Amino acid sequence: MAGVSSEPGFLLTTIEKGANWARTRSMWPATFGLACCAIEMMGTGAAHNDLARFGMEVFRASPRQADLMIVAGRVSQKMAPVLRQVYDQMAEPKWVLSMGACASTGGMFNNYALVQGVDAVVPVDIYIPGCPPGPQSLMHGILSLHEKIMSGEIQRSTGLV
Amino acid sequence: MNDVIAALVAPFDAAEVVERSYASSATTYHMIAIPVEEWVLFAQAAKENGFDTFIDLFAADHFSEAPRFEVTLILLSMTAKERIVVTTRVPYDDPSVPTLTNVFQGANFYEREAYDMFGIDFPGHPDLTRILLPDDWVGHPLRKDYDIGAVPVQFKAGSADL
Amino acid sequence: MSDATERAESVEEKRRAQHEIWVSGTEERMPFAASTNEGSQEMLPRDQDPALDIQRGIAVDDDFVTPERVVSAERQIINMGPQHPSTHGVLRLQMELDGETVTRVKPIIGYLHTGMEKTAETLSYAQGPTNVTRMDYLSPFANELTFSLTVEQLLGIDVPPRADAIRVLMTELNRVASHLLSSATMGMDVGAISMMIYGWREREICLDFFEKVTGLRMNHNYIRPGGVAAELPDGWEDDVTNLIKVVNAGVDEYEELLNGNPIFLDRTLGVGVLTPEEIKQFGITGPVARASGVDWDLRKAHPYCGIERYTFDVPLGKHGDVFDRYKVRIDEIRESLRIAEQVIVTIPSGDYRTTDPKVTPPPRARIGESMEALIHHFKLFTEGVNVPAGTAYQAVEGPRGELGCYIISKGGARPWRMRWRAPSFAVVQALPVMMTDSLIADVIATLASTDPVLGDVDR
Repeated sequence: MAGVSSEPGFLLTTIEKGANWARTRSMWPATFGLACCAIEMMGTGAAHNDLARFGMEVFRASPRQADLMIVAGRVSQKMAPVLRQVYDQMAEPKWVLSMGACASTGGMFNNYALVQGVDAVVPVDIYIPGCPPGPQSLMHGILSLHEKIMSGEIQRSTGLV
Repeated sequence: MNDVIAALVAPFDAAEVVERSYASSATTYHMIAIPVEEWVLFAQAAKENGFDTFIDLFAADHFSEAPRFEVTLILLSMTAKERIVVTTRVPYDDPSVPTLTNVFQGANFYEREAYDMFGIDFPGHPDLTRILLPDDWVGHPLRKDYDIGAVPVQFKAGSADL
Repeated sequence: MSDATERAESVEEKRRAQHEIWVSGTEERMPFAASTNEGSQEMLPRDQDPALDIQRGIAVDDDFVTPERVVSAERQIINMGPQHPSTHGVLRLQMELDGETVTRVKPIIGYLHTGMEKTAETLSYAQGPTNVTRMDYLSPFANELTFSLTVEQLLGIDVPPRADAIRVLMTELNRVASHLLSSATMGMDVGAISMMIYGWREREICLDFFEKVTGLRMNHNYIRPGGVAAELPDGWEDDVTNLIKVVNAGVDEYEELLNGNPIFLDRTLGVGVLTPEEIKQFGITGPVARASGVDWDLRKAHPYCGIERYTFDVPLGKHGDVFDRYKVRIDEIRESLRIAEQVIVTIPSGDYRTTDPKVTPPPRARIGESMEALIHHFKLFTEGVNVPAGTAYQAVEGPRGELGCYIISKGGARPWRMRWRAPSFAVVQALPVMMTDSLIADVIATLASTDPVLGDVDR
């Protein structure tokens, strides 16, 4: 949180920061497990690595209740429209984290079946390398996303009703 | 060739049997090639001879060879502890193999996959639609004349305009 | 077009445009994946559904509801998946419901189709294991072993006894890890969330050991044609002994937690029954088949890697329901740990990979001394392992059943065609038989008990 300031006209910024702080402290991910990375994502949420430390252990089955979509695994051409629909169903503000080589670039499967990078379908805020990224990598990615949100680097508003 | 396999292939004159042994194992399996006309009959006979466990059915594309497509069926006999790999060849201009869904119900999805990936027709199949790819997909990707569809990888790191 | 539609479309367009992706630095749009036309994958009307007879099951009357009881006033069709937390991946089940009763099920797959069989045709035999290990991502060692054995069958080579023992150790521990995850997720699906946490706790110990041996927690690329990639690390015996102790204690805890739990029993006993006839018709193998009393284990019938030297039992179920599948898996964990225990005592010394220079690169020190070693090294890393023409099928008992690999080689360093026989594919096909005419809550329990891995189904 920003410190107390005596300068006038500073109020809006502070609210924004407060909102950002609140967003990062209970960012609920949607369960969008696809392949190998989904197993590591579940492992991150389990007791050993304990994602609950960041207020993120609540994986929501419904996209309406989720803030963060972790695209964990390879996205096939058949899955891409489904992914987009789930993304569209999420309420603003929302973030996308592309987990693993396959989701980020297609990985080692450069062929007809896979979307070569999920950023062709949804806007991605953070890419995590690895095949699959371990829980530590995922947590690092999540914390980097928190920092980006806190610093105001990522700002997105709908502008539409 | 042991008794079980000999009894199975005896009525089929055209069948060619090769015995193969597994890697790092003392056990063997048999590869049997038969003409497509006897495909269903042979599966039926195999089922009656104890090969009643359906294991696999798939196709392959031998691009430059004369009957281009090969369809393979793998069956298992749990009582005799024997496995047979049955193959048949069909030409490019008429890639159709009679369905086995009336003999083994499990052949259903496998035949759909062979249709999806190779365009092999299985007359008599109850619901021969695409299974792994979207319905509006064009082409059959595992055919040798279908491009792998790779996208060129751009190495942008280090370039000045980024 | 009415005003309302026009407005709706423009709002829709604006929404789209907001999330449109642009190629950086240009005005060009990124290619956007076209929407899927599901077409004939919709559920057909009842009188046109060719699969309806199959769904009734073949020989068993395990269904709750007789046709007379069905009232069609509340008939509806719902989709479970492809994005659903308890479908264990991106499986889509289209279900016709009558109130709470499932009257028809149609599994729709392909949402994780990765084109691995096509990619394999462009990869050399040395690169092959990296590809196949990502297929059934819960049993990577079993995938690698199947691929390696098939290639070895084509090459006609044997691996040293120590490599065999390491392979057995790793695949059996992989079975433990996979069954732990299966039991954990199954516990969560039927409402025992603590089971989820306990299962992952023990699985982490297995993964730590895998990481120590191979450098990766998953997708190891450790078992390769000709042997394994590296020697076991120092002190591995202590790690495995500790692992066996901890996992055995954990498994006892699960049984204490679940076996007498009335809610768990109510949700699993007599649910999702498969008969031995159905097992054979659909080609189901592994724990699901053994839970139905089908006494078939490839480790006993067609033993590989010298696994016949170890003493172990094959646990069998009687009823073929969800509870028996859970019980068989729990018992299999214990049997696999028994094998691992014997490997520690009996592992022979020697090389961990074959010394055949056509398959294994020479040691680094030899390259400076020997011209031949240099040539072999160069050939192996530029061209790859040359495999003679032929076809081969090899199967191992993976955690989900018979995992088979069929390779057609026309000579050269790349396979002409690689086919995978996936155990989960067979199970997914038989889901309608298990689920039709049961309650919708039982669908979840049934699906969890069959433990499908969608990477294995779609490949």
